[in-house]
Amino acid sequence: MTLASMARKYEARTAPGADGTRLTTSAMIASLAAEGYDTVAAPFGHALVAAAARDERIVGLTADLSKYTDLHVFAEAMPDRFYQMGMAEQVMVSAAAGLAREGFVPFATTYAVFASRRAYDFIAMAIAEENLPVKIVCALPGLTTGYGPSHQATEDLAIFRGLPNMTIVDPCDADDIAGMVPAIAAHDGPAYCRLLRGRVPKVLTRHKPDYRFELGKASLVREGSDVLVIATGFMTMRALDAAVRLAADGVDVAVLHVPTVKPLDTATILAEAGKGGRLVVTAENHTVVGGLGEAVACALLTAGVTPTFRMIGLPDAFLEAGALQTLHDMYGLSADKVASQIKGWL
Amino acid sequence: MGVGNRPAARSNVSLEQRAWNIRRKALLMGEVQGQGYIGQALGVADVLAAAYFHALAFRADDPEWEGRDRFLLSVGHYAIALYAVLMEAGILPEDELPTYGMDDSRMPMSGMASYTPGMEITGGSLGQGLGIAVGMALGLKRKRSPAFVYNLMSDGELGEGSTWEAAMAAAHHRLDNLVCLVDFNNQQADGHSTEMLSAEPLEAKWEAFGWHCQRVDGNDLAGVVAAFDAARALPAAKPRVIVFDTRMCKGVPFLEGREITHFVRVEADEWAKALAVLEEGRPQ
Repeated sequence: MTLASMARKYEARTAPGADGTRLTTSAMIASLAAEGYDTVAAPFGHALVAAAARDERIVGLTADLSKYTDLHVFAEAMPDRFYQMGMAEQVMVSAAAGLAREGFVPFATTYAVFASRRAYDFIAMAIAEENLPVKIVCALPGLTTGYGPSHQATEDLAIFRGLPNMTIVDPCDADDIAGMVPAIAAHDGPAYCRLLRGRVPKVLTRHKPDYRFELGKASLVREGSDVLVIATGFMTMRALDAAVRLAADGVDVAVLHVPTVKPLDTATILAEAGKGGRLVVTAENHTVVGGLGEAVACALLTAGVTPTFRMIGLPDAFLEAGALQTLHDMYGLSADKVASQIKGWL
Repeated sequence: MGVGNRPAARSNVSLEQRAWNIRRKALLMGEVQGQGYIGQALGVADVLAAAYFHALAFRADDPEWEGRDRFLLSVGHYAIALYAVLMEAGILPEDELPTYGMDDSRMPMSGMASYTPGMEITGGSLGQGLGIAVGMALGLKRKRSPAFVYNLMSDGELGEGSTWEAAMAAAHHRLDNLVCLVDFNNQQADGHSTEMLSAEPLEAKWEAFGWHCQRVDGNDLAGVVAAFDAARALPAAKPRVIVFDTRMCKGVPFLEGREITHFVRVEADEWAKALAVLEEGRPQ
């Protein structure tokens, strides 16, 4: 008997014809760089080396993913401060807790799925309950790989938002990452950071030249009178690109970037959303369950601020495999789809 | 580490007396609550006596003294036993004993770092202590500290995969400052540990994971002391484990003889009886 949900695997597929082009799944981490922005190589690794040069307490750990989290830059620069823990996420985060107990500030890297799903109890009890300054930095957040649900951390924000003491950062670009590293190193508590790695675009300063990452602060990176998009992670880039397209159609879109998902900068969100007369849309690289959208909705409703409200995010489903561009179009995260969804709501 | 920070080394109280005192305090706490993991506490008392009054360096008036040996209670359920030894060591005030398990007590039913001086970690989610011990041992080496890390775990925790991740990591990083103590009372929530998920052959398993392993009778104080000495003195650059075979409820024969379970049921009128029986066995 075949489960109904699996019946499609028995449908034969045809090879693409001479006229057809079909996108292929790229290597594990597809690049987000092809967006017409300048890029920076391995911003996390370089920022960590710079921070560690100033702060002797910083050490790095990984669970066999230094190259895929840009931690190899740190490992090469400071080999005696780097711990390769092997493919063993539970002991990696536990050992990070032990190092923090002895006065160090550990940065531990893996993929977001493994930190949030496999190592959760260890992060909860050994790190968060003790409020230890362990920084968990994870590649492949949300939908940033076409490898399917085993590698797509579509619910990591929901998981970690429920954890007391945990600060959560979802950076948009290379400058956000460069600003995030020293900020979370200085923060006296645990943090979970989503990571973009490899060649990472520089987005925010193009739209707002004086933009600077501030832990716990939202930042209005584009003004607009018709729509307010409240976005986090690379969805801020998609919102900004959509705003440019919508401007050509006479729709004026503001974008509020919220890199710190917890604690949420509700003051700034309420101030912007409370201005009135604008459609408010949240945008996140995460399931619509338990992420930025629901957090913003709760903040608005609790404060009695009730604009017309819509959410852009991933569906409550295990997602398909494929080329990232295909998947972002399919699930509404591409700039075109962000623009068309907003237009449909006006 | 000099004798100066080993309180037992300059004490004339025998380890037998210390172990007896630990059992008595545990029974007094059990009486307060009418419950507790008293079977485990009575069973592990000899190991704790040897740990705190023979092996460990610590300062009773400064539980976070940087030079101390770290003692991690991975099995947070054993808190009643650790409170008993922390009181015996002077780290916790004995006059707080009647607050055990009460609201606003510094001695909650399960051990937590934020409640209790001398409690290094929050245990209880079993299989976490050894991994934290790995990180602390790495950290102590970074600081060039001669201190040891001891991790007390139960035999049930041998079923957790994370224990074996940590075991591999400790051997890989050659953590000769790490001593794992396994209380093997062959009892977990649903029955005998060896019948739930057997970890045998246990010594061969630890050795295959790159550890120096000793297995001794955990209720024979001379043997327990010798095992601690051997673990500390071993020159090999590898972590060390001591598996202690212990008897639940040791020291109170009418409880020892009872059908042993993970959570030993003691009737309200039996605590006083248990204390009286223990009194008969007070060391001379």
